[in-house]
Amino acid sequence: MKKIVFALAATLAVTAGTSALAQDKFKACFIYVGSKTDGGWTQAHEVGRLYAQEKLGDKVETVALENVPEGPDAERAIERFARSGCGIIFTTSFGFMDPTIAVAEKFPDVKFEHATGYKTAPNVTTYNSRFYEGRYIIGQIAGKMSKTGVAGYIASFPIPEVVMGINGFLTGARSVNPDFKLKVVWVNSWFDAGKEADAAKALIDQGVDIITQHTDSTGPMQVAEERGIKAFGQAFDQIQAGPTAQLTAIEDTWGPYYEKQIAAAIDGTWKGGESSWDGLKDGILSMAPYTNMPDDVKAMAEDTQAKIESGELHPFTGPINKQDGSVWLKDGEVSDDGTLLGMNFYVEGVDDKLPQ
Amino acid sequence: MDIAQNILLTIMTAATPLLIAAIGELVVERSGVLNLGVEGMMVIGAVCGFAATALSGSPWIGILAAVGAGAVFSLLFGVLTLSLAANQVATGLSLTLLGLGLSGMIGEAFVGSAGIKLASIQIPGLTEIPLVGRLVFGQDPIFYFSLILTGGVAWFLFRTRAGLTLRAIGDNHASAHALGINVLKIRYLAVMFGGACAGLAGAHLSLVYTPQWVENMTAGRGWIALALVVFASWRPWRVLGGAYLFGAVSIGQLHAQALGFGIPSQFLSALPYVATIVVLVIISRDRRLTLMNTPASLGQPFVPDR
Repeated sequence: MKKIVFALAATLAVTAGTSALAQDKFKACFIYVGSKTDGGWTQAHEVGRLYAQEKLGDKVETVALENVPEGPDAERAIERFARSGCGIIFTTSFGFMDPTIAVAEKFPDVKFEHATGYKTAPNVTTYNSRFYEGRYIIGQIAGKMSKTGVAGYIASFPIPEVVMGINGFLTGARSVNPDFKLKVVWVNSWFDAGKEADAAKALIDQGVDIITQHTDSTGPMQVAEERGIKAFGQAFDQIQAGPTAQLTAIEDTWGPYYEKQIAAAIDGTWKGGESSWDGLKDGILSMAPYTNMPDDVKAMAEDTQAKIESGELHPFTGPINKQDGSVWLKDGEVSDDGTLLGMNFYVEGVDDKLPQ
Repeated sequence: MDIAQNILLTIMTAATPLLIAAIGELVVERSGVLNLGVEGMMVIGAVCGFAATALSGSPWIGILAAVGAGAVFSLLFGVLTLSLAANQVATGLSLTLLGLGLSGMIGEAFVGSAGIKLASIQIPGLTEIPLVGRLVFGQDPIFYFSLILTGGVAWFLFRTRAGLTLRAIGDNHASAHALGINVLKIRYLAVMFGGACAGLAGAHLSLVYTPQWVENMTAGRGWIALALVVFASWRPWRVLGGAYLFGAVSIGQLHAQALGFGIPSQFLSALPYVATIVVLVIISRDRRLTLMNTPASLGQPFVPDR
């Protein structure tokens, strides 16, 4: 039933959006999985879109469609955009991957950019951010700050991106506390404030004193604030929800990338089939101010961040074992990007069985 | 043993909005009207409750605003389906659609602003009792109200003349009309009661459960409430049982995950739905009793002069 409602809303929004547009301007279109004001993942993309719009001024008209569910409805929404004269379409959720590829096949002249996926085509480029760099830093902070030595991780769906985040976090934590443990709870949703809060409560009741999340709402941060424990913001600075709880947040900064790609699409230098994967040094993700922690922990976090930015440190550098104790990376060995992007195993210390 | 109390508190918080919205819808459906707009009325209640609290500084004013907004919003459904005899299913669906959109618009200014939580009750000496103190004497006022509401509705429906009239309308509106009962008036009142309850359930979300406003924050809870009413075969205490069972399994599965039993999380996530349906279907297996409790003219429009 919800899907019907969303599909209707999507259709209406697209129709309304297109009729109001001038014909001569280049059109850049964005598809969001959540609402523009979710205070997390989607809002970060919306901020990026507005940034690109402001920088490029009247050279471009940007349009966004929010609350598009992943799955068949997404394909319809993307196709409507493609038909309505969009020059470039950004699809900003992992679950839009197959729909994007399907629509791109039908519209070879339209350019597509899919976030966080791994499938490309002659007119489909993917872009992603090395979130695991940030997760490694917050893991280190958790390793220093946690008294129980156990952190809780609220996860959305068992896709490589999320598994990579879990492993990045735990690898960071274990670099300062080799016995660190991680409890993982899957809520099977990107956005459900109540359920995410419930998961946070369950984790805290089981003795974790630090939580982090790979879901999009500020529910867990609020619970952390209420119960007096620490947490990390996700995708967006969530300090308002947890003034004394937030240690830092991994902030997504898509704006400069959007500006660059739309400009390239306008002047004809845009290339399909590429995969862009930038990190902290490129500014596509950044860390919110380090707060609510002792100075030595803050200094460590800043030092780690500097080392990752300079390329001196790669978070996934051996020795790292897989969950079952077998060797994944030998001493000094650095993981290749392919393994990370297709990650389907836990590292040692995760107190959970990976859903397959 | 504090953990047991914490878990029970979490379950009750999760179940309360479902219970309140479902009890409201139960009264609506008992009067023979099917309002599928619970999700929309709930989200309107959530945003109005949050906004009024933020503007006035008092969660009580927020609750009043949420209840009022839910009732007024349901009136829209009432006018279309009762006075104009529009299709109830289609109108209810549009009410949800409208509610989700409208709430996003109303709430735009309040996204990310710090919420004010409705304070839990504190009774010195009693709230501190180990094991049960906070469960019995330390919860939020809406929780206590939800229990009174359930008991009140059960009493009203089955122990009062007005309740009998309401059920009679739901079973056969033509006969009730022939007896001189004002069918539309009572249905209007029932629809508004349902709207007010859904509004209150929404306020619980934005003032107690997660004191904040985010778009679509009901996340499908209105639909779960609707399903609970049907699976509980329109009986208030079964709705309560269903809501608590759903809450318990939802929270239990999160704990099972955190304990690391290695049960697939997709299965655990589906478990609250499966368990609630199975249990309610089993206790409602007496077909004669179920038929007796099903409002026979549910969803049919009534035009008095036809």
